[in-house]
Amino acid sequence: MTDSLQNGKKDNILLEVNGLKKYFPIQKGLLRKVVGYVKAVDDVSLYVREGETLGLVGESGCGKTTASRSIIRLYEPTAGQVLFKSRVLSPDGRPRMVNLLELNREQMTKVREEIAMIFQDPINSLNPRMTVADIIAEPMVIHGKYQKGRSEEIIISLLERVGLRADHLRRYPHEFSGGQRQRIGIARALALNPRLVLCDEPVSALDVSIQAQTLNLLQDLQKDFNLSYLFVAHDLSVVQHISDRIAVMYVGKVVEMASSEELYANPLHPYTEALLSAVPKPDPLYKSERIIMQGDVADPSNPPSGCYFHPRCRYVIDRCKTEAPAFREVKPDHWVACHRAEELQLKGI
Amino acid sequence: MENPSQPAATATADQPTDARPADAQQTLIEVRDLKVEFNIRGGVVKAVDGLTFDIKRGQTVGIIGESGCGKSVTARAILRMVPKPGKITGGEILYYRYSRYPRKDGKSQDIEVIDMTKLDPDGELVRQIRGGEIAMIFQEPMSSLTPVYTAGTHLNEAITLHRLIPLKRLGDQMVEKIVEYRRVTKEEAREIAIQMLRRVGIPKPEQRVDSYPHQLSGGQRQRVMIAIALSTEPYMLIADEPTTALDVSIEAQILDIMRELQQTANMAIMFITHNLGVIASMADEIVVMYMGKQVERAKVVDLFYNPKHPYTQALLQSVPKLGPKTGARLASIEGMVPDPLHLPSGCVFHPRCPAFMPGKCDKLIPQWNKVGENHWARCLLYEE
Repeated sequence: MTDSLQNGKKDNILLEVNGLKKYFPIQKGLLRKVVGYVKAVDDVSLYVREGETLGLVGESGCGKTTASRSIIRLYEPTAGQVLFKSRVLSPDGRPRMVNLLELNREQMTKVREEIAMIFQDPINSLNPRMTVADIIAEPMVIHGKYQKGRSEEIIISLLERVGLRADHLRRYPHEFSGGQRQRIGIARALALNPRLVLCDEPVSALDVSIQAQTLNLLQDLQKDFNLSYLFVAHDLSVVQHISDRIAVMYVGKVVEMASSEELYANPLHPYTEALLSAVPKPDPLYKSERIIMQGDVADPSNPPSGCYFHPRCRYVIDRCKTEAPAFREVKPDHWVACHRAEELQLKGI
Repeated sequence: MENPSQPAATATADQPTDARPADAQQTLIEVRDLKVEFNIRGGVVKAVDGLTFDIKRGQTVGIIGESGCGKSVTARAILRMVPKPGKITGGEILYYRYSRYPRKDGKSQDIEVIDMTKLDPDGELVRQIRGGEIAMIFQEPMSSLTPVYTAGTHLNEAITLHRLIPLKRLGDQMVEKIVEYRRVTKEEAREIAIQMLRRVGIPKPEQRVDSYPHQLSGGQRQRVMIAIALSTEPYMLIADEPTTALDVSIEAQILDIMRELQQTANMAIMFITHNLGVIASMADEIVVMYMGKQVERAKVVDLFYNPKHPYTQALLQSVPKLGPKTGARLASIEGMVPDPLHLPSGCVFHPRCPAFMPGKCDKLIPQWNKVGENHWARCLLYEE
């Protein structure tokens, strides 16, 4: 699988993840004996091109957050390869692919300058005892880039860029609303001029009108700073709106990856089809044929045999129960892990 | 009056005769100019300010708005559960009570009109209504169940408190006459609990009834909450963001269950949400709230296809839609929700309103105007 991903047509790849796995051990008893593993991320492969947004969707517990955190090694991955085109680690300043999982601590800290993160919870991800100025300055301080005067100017311009005012600098997080706090988080992520931003559900805690403002802001910043986003979310309409390409996860695996138009118009995986049909449409006259998936999401510590989706799948055949499908490129730039991808006629939107 | 569509949820053969009238269009709840205030340090927050709507039997009324607009306070006011220091300071909530069981004093089973705002919030009557006749499900399925009790215990509590079983039934040929009622026994309650869990689609309900909340998934917990609420066969269900914490596939299941149960039991639903997609598929009528004020009220199709208030229009446009990609930016509402202690003058929406009329919107308080058949809006655009 790893090979096939690399053989695909890929130019301008900024981030390439191959076979990423993260297993959390389940320990029991006095000696903390390992009795099993929660396979939170089980063989995830994806790539992000420069300047594009890859949406990562899936239901809660499917491992999207774990995957994004494993990429930047906030969780130490169990196996796999994370290739990132780094500038800071290359001796001549020309971007060069490095495997993040092989870096030592010092190099990892350095490369994090180029990869920023925006978190879901705008309340808990800001230190309540630091002022806005300190919060945004902290990445610069950690990376030894803070210069009096000059950095303050950068901070003010960042604040204004995300729609806050310079007189907010000396205030504390609790003085702001949820949407404003998320803007502070965005300004902090941009402090070091990153190239890749991992957005972990950045708008799901916000109200509809604030959500729209924040999505617009993220799109504007992407143009201005030539950012690439890995956009993790569970809301399919939000993901479709912001993403160029979308990867769908189910129980630790990416089951489908395609451009956002293609995925919504011609889904190839039954899970994608069911997920799309389940999204409530803001139109009272829309007559939906909803596919109600039976049962709950599989347990990642005790996944079903074969294809993990087979107990809930409408199109299940015997092969699905025994043989796990490979993640393969069925059409150009359209990847899917389903045995019946070619024969099924699935409905999009 | 025998209602054939009434679901047989009890294990026991004898059901209480249902006094529910067959006419679905009777008003069940009438809210008139409701005001709820929170007297906090620093001032008075008008959490709900002049809300007027009614809910008919078998109908679903959606209440939408952003966080802090007073949706949940409205729901709690109906059940007299407004948290301190909140107080109902005006208006009335009329509950048209259809007595389910013959009254002890022998009076007929006429509709009794109860003004909920006048009741003692801890009194016997409100406790009969709350949970028994008007049930509620909450947003957080995690924290609404007690972690030390099983799903069955939760259900038993509601069932033994609110369900009665007729003790005797005389003369089957004549009009049914029930002499006395008794409470449900423990064994019967368990039986009902298992049936309720089966109805909301929990697999292996015989085993699941003894599960503790932490052993259930989020979707299952919310289904247990729905089972608790519906186990008492309420006339109305207040659903406060029932699916917000859930995934889309589980959400679709839960909404299906609610729709199905509503049809079989002719139950009214007050559906509170900020998700416009969910409300479009559930509600018959929608009330839009902004900063405690009701800004628009209309039938669901009118509201989505012909919104009148600029806030409703902006809200509908700011939702990303699935489908062919347009690449366009989302129309967002500029600015922020104002501080509830320092509300803007005039129309509270005027600082963010795209149709702001200087000298008018910031001075005059808009009235509740009829803008069409069953369609009202609170906006100066529609005033002479």
